Amino acid sequence: MAMTDTVLRVANVSKKFVKGEIHDSLRDLIPSAVARLLGRSRAKTSSTKEFWALREVSFELKRGEAFGIIGSNGAGKSTILKLITGIMKPTMGRIDVNGRLSALIEVGAGFHPDLTGRENIYLNGTILGMKRAEIDRKFDAIVEFSGLRDFIDTPVKRYSTGMYARLGFSVAAHVDPDILIVDEVLSVGDVVFQNRCLERMNSILRSGATVIFVSHNLRAIVELCPRSILLEAGEIVASGPSHEVMNNYLERSGAQGRRSTSRDISISQVKVRGSRLDGGTFDSGEKIWVDVEVECVAEGEPFSVVLFVNDDRQYEAFHTSTEYLGYPPVSMKPGERFTCTFEMDLNLAGGTFYLGILLYRFDAEKILDRLFPAATIFVNSRPEVRGVVNPHPRVTTFGLVQKVESTNEVITG
Amino acid sequence: MRRQILELVSRRDLLYMIAWREIKIRYKQSVMGFLWAILLPAIIVIAGIFVRYGMSALSGKPPSPQDIAGVTVKALVWAFFAGALRFSSTSLIANPNLVTKIYVPREIFPLASILSQLLDFGVASVLTVIVFAVTGLGASWQLLWVPLLVMITVALVTGWALIISAACLFYRDVKYLVEVVITFAIFVTPVFYNVQMFKKWANLLLLNPLAPVIEGLEKCVVYRTMPSLPWVSYSGIFALVSLVAGFYLFKKWEPAFAESI
Repeated sequence: MAMTDTVLRVANVSKKFVKGEIHDSLRDLIPSAVARLLGRSRAKTSSTKEFWALREVSFELKRGEAFGIIGSNGAGKSTILKLITGIMKPTMGRIDVNGRLSALIEVGAGFHPDLTGRENIYLNGTILGMKRAEIDRKFDAIVEFSGLRDFIDTPVKRYSTGMYARLGFSVAAHVDPDILIVDEVLSVGDVVFQNRCLERMNSILRSGATVIFVSHNLRAIVELCPRSILLEAGEIVASGPSHEVMNNYLERSGAQGRRSTSRDISISQVKVRGSRLDGGTFDSGEKIWVDVEVECVAEGEPFSVVLFVNDDRQYEAFHTSTEYLGYPPVSMKPGERFTCTFEMDLNLAGGTFYLGILLYRFDAEKILDRLFPAATIFVNSRPEVRGVVNPHPRVTTFGLVQKVESTNEVITG
Repeated sequence: MRRQILELVSRRDLLYMIAWREIKIRYKQSVMGFLWAILLPAIIVIAGIFVRYGMSALSGKPPSPQDIAGVTVKALVWAFFAGALRFSSTSLIANPNLVTKIYVPREIFPLASILSQLLDFGVASVLTVIVFAVTGLGASWQLLWVPLLVMITVALVTGWALIISAACLFYRDVKYLVEVVITFAIFVTPVFYNVQMFKKWANLLLLNPLAPVIEGLEKCVVYRTMPSLPWVSYSGIFALVSLVAGFYLFKKWEPAFAESI
């Protein structure tokens, strides 16, 4: 057999579900079967209730690749994972998996509440495809990773949800798969454990395994996966470098989120100006102005203007508002226009940023209108800083210091 | 099919684990613990002995020790068969999480139920053997038939369990049907009686593939004679066909499990 680098090939995969009337008991089935035999068929039930969860989805993964799947609820993410793992079969198309596959679709799915942590490690480990001897060997590492050594002989029904998930992830993370599928597990557990999970996934990646990652945590996807696809209504609508796919996703969902909660007051225009004229590109530290224009159709609630800037992983760099800056809420009457301009120093590090505007009523915590991304800001920067902000750092002292003759002292460079 | 069998073999640790889990849970949840393994067979055995005494009261001659030993053996096999079918038929719907959230070869669940019942059967059999040894029933070379006959029983119940467990998943009410059939099947299976009692109807009763096996076990364990070869072959072939058909159909239906449960 020829050695191949492709560990997963999904080719033109479609999946159809039939909604509605499914006979799930003989009591229902027999009368309808009799009716059909007698020619009183209700045959038109089938085609109208079909629903395509996936259409013509194709992608390939190479060994050692980390791959993200992005999409809103109901886009088909879970379905594609269930097809890859073999829980379901595609209606059309082919899926070829080359290697041992482990899925963290729902950690702890195989746990039995009456069994102890120790027993469940063995049970869940074999469910995930390990041999008993293999679990014997990894048992200590699994317990260590979960941090549940003191509770390992307690039935898991006495565990908290977080402990449950930790034990589940710990077992799954030690399977040593060729392909690891991760779905939303990071939404459980505390921050420390989440970071440990990400770290573990990174080390699985370094060991040469392939990772497929599905999450609402866009930042985690961008950090872990160089490449992603975006699913929408069962179809791949974008694929490529993760940050581009993610931006595509945000623009699409932003376009949908444009609808204001009250149509009475809406953002009509947002403009970003710099000292130069080429729109959208700025130098780090440059002074910029953001003009916001608001229209009023019918008399609405008083509001403040909020301006926020996110980085390309959709972490908020900062936000500010007319309220914070000392201006009272604005009340508008029909036909009126309102404008305001924010002036600021663009102390951001080099990269792509997204600017959004909210019309927000602080006392009622209510969003009247939202525009995101209202503008994309590319910041040029010499690589003097990396990260989100550029506080324009300088080095003021630089040179060797005489070494102190002492054995106990550690000299940090 | 070859690939599917190889997959099952490679996941045998999982099969043991799930069977072990069933046993463990059963014993953990009951105060009686290990007694559970022999309680159900014991009830059927006692019922069988009662029936035998009843029948002998009608015919006027008391039951021989061999009659009692015979009904004990038969009741044990029946308890295993009925228990295995009962637990395996609900084994898929009892594990919805494992069917919809993780991929494992799903035949593991009915197989594990049968395996755990086999353990109970083993425990009860060992106790019976001890009783037989103490009462001086003796042994013979005919006992070598026992493994074959037990294997036929296991193959038979496995084939049917695979089909019924899938049917229970697709149609919720099949499990009630299974209960009813198991309850009444004891009347058409020679557990409390022998087929010879029915003279010319005996062959009709032996068409029940479990009947030749049960009769055969009684013959070789209690009467130290060979079971009827043609009828045992009939059961063996029936069991083999059931097993292959069961596995084939189960695997054919398996892709729809996750959507239908």
